Amino acid sequence: MSRSAPALPGRVRVGLILALALLLAAPWVAGPYLLSVLVLALYYAYVGQAWNVMMGFAGQLSLGHALYVGLGAYVSATLYLHAGIGPWAGAPIAALVSAGAGAVIGFLAFRFGIGGVYFALLTIAFAEFTRIGFEHIDWLGGAGGLFLPVVARGQLDIVDLRGGPRLFYYVLLALTAAALWLCSRLKHSRIGYYWLAIREDPDAARALGIDLFRYRVLAAAISAGMTSIGGTVIAFYYNSLTPADSFGSAKSIEIILGPLVGGLGTLAGPILGAFVLTGLGEALRALLDATGHQVPGATQLFYGLVLLLVIKYLPNGIWPGLARRLGLG
Amino acid sequence: MTAQRFLPLRDLDFEPMSWDVYANVIIGGLLTGLVYGLMALGLSVIFGVVRVVNFAHGEMMMVAMYLAVLGCGTWGVDPLWLMLPLAALMFVLGYALQSLLVHPFMTRPDHAQFMLLVAVGMILTNGALILFGPDARSIQVDYALDSFELGPLLIDKVRLYAAVAALAVAAALFGFFRLSATGKAIRACADNYRGALVVGLDVRRLFALTFGCGTACVGAAGAMLVLLGDVTPSVGPAYTLLAFVIVIVGGLGSMAGALVAGVLIGVSEALAGLILVPSMKSMVSFGLLILVLLFRPQGLLGRSA
Repeated sequence: MSRSAPALPGRVRVGLILALALLLAAPWVAGPYLLSVLVLALYYAYVGQAWNVMMGFAGQLSLGHALYVGLGAYVSATLYLHAGIGPWAGAPIAALVSAGAGAVIGFLAFRFGIGGVYFALLTIAFAEFTRIGFEHIDWLGGAGGLFLPVVARGQLDIVDLRGGPRLFYYVLLALTAAALWLCSRLKHSRIGYYWLAIREDPDAARALGIDLFRYRVLAAAISAGMTSIGGTVIAFYYNSLTPADSFGSAKSIEIILGPLVGGLGTLAGPILGAFVLTGLGEALRALLDATGHQVPGATQLFYGLVLLLVIKYLPNGIWPGLARRLGLG
Repeated sequence: MTAQRFLPLRDLDFEPMSWDVYANVIIGGLLTGLVYGLMALGLSVIFGVVRVVNFAHGEMMMVAMYLAVLGCGTWGVDPLWLMLPLAALMFVLGYALQSLLVHPFMTRPDHAQFMLLVAVGMILTNGALILFGPDARSIQVDYALDSFELGPLLIDKVRLYAAVAALAVAAALFGFFRLSATGKAIRACADNYRGALVVGLDVRRLFALTFGCGTACVGAAGAMLVLLGDVTPSVGPAYTLLAFVIVIVGGLGSMAGALVAGVLIGVSEALAGLILVPSMKSMVSFGLLILVLLFRPQGLLGRSA
């Protein structure tokens, strides 16, 4: 690490401590519905950070990150169901598999000089190819997917990651915090500065002697491995996994909404974006429910509108402006 | 331990299929492929000129298909008669989208353009879900099961009509770009953007026209595709991907390439449905996309960059 994070102003530090205390206490204060919303927000905050490493830091647009969510889910669930290997060992194994897959896709794409829209399409193609493939593997449940054994209500089995929403809330909170720490270390390391140079001007970066190929593949592998752990946790949270829900292209889009709305390439952006979008989306759903309207698709329509407005009027997302206002810019 | 079957392979004791089964499947794939090709042609034209990748292409196709279903349900006409009105309507939609929403993004980074159109796609998909519900809609015409017999070959009437119409629309578009003054001006913009500005072409209007032509192809193809399959709100991404596969296999920006690749994909998907299982046929196109991207990114017919 070449330099430490800048010292924060006093009131921001107080705000951060308050926020952390609130986050730690939340599962004991919030009702079951609010807790499920928070679990979802934390999940998107985590996978958003993972995607942000590849796109926000290194400038490689992946529209197929559901591939790594799905690999994380399927590898660890299969290990658990067929080999009795619990998720604490399964998740790292799945992360290695996913990092390998990310590296291979990155290797193929960057070796053959595929960039821009072609790279984005290649990532979609790999994710969709894998989705349809998994739908035809009977051993993995085919299109119906896999189900994980459920424990009795209120029972807690931390070793096998079996339990209620509170367990998953804390697991995801820890993962999000760990990802934030890792991202801030990466961003301010030599690798992070190389990525920044590659993102801003690949030709100039190459002229300075940066090995573009190596650092792009590295970004793809790290991002894929991180995403995979999110996939493992969410599969164990829902107790079921299907190819469509794991690898589907709509999932890939959901992953990238948070970072885009929050602020691409920033540390806080993916977390802020995930919480704002999930919060507003669920508020809209609750409002519609309360007025007696069941409107499937309303939250997704709302996400689309928010994305459109943010891309048009706040191209850098909401965090940079907010940071300036808080005196952090 | 039970036997593990990773892929549902066909049982080996089936009777060998005679050649005419294959020939009929190939003809069906070829005709469907021409309709796919027309849809992809729209994507290719937009990219070739405006240099914007329309990530909402399939969602526009979904909108066109719903409009066709609604039109047929309301007036009881054959969807093929709705082809031209639908193309005109989708032209207006595309023109407005480009000039109001996409044009200000011309100077923005690529990913901002993609995300803008991804957002448009999300809005269209979920708007349709709210308006029409999740159920599949389709149209039955009275000649749906008729076919022309040519010796041992059976040619679906629906597919044949749709394919002929697709070729006619594509020919009209070729003619427009080759012969008309506006078409030539649009090609000038594509060849040399700055030069087009220098000689005083209204690039904004020409780009909007081009985007409109691209979505008009989608409108026409949508009127044909409701005859060949169902429409649901979530069908968009699959058509977007299909259009991308075709356009990339044919070479982004190449008009003839889009039609030829459409036929290629149509036939290979139909054969994959016969030889493997129908639900695996998209795997063949995605596999082809991956191979083409890796080994021949300019497309099978495109010029090397």
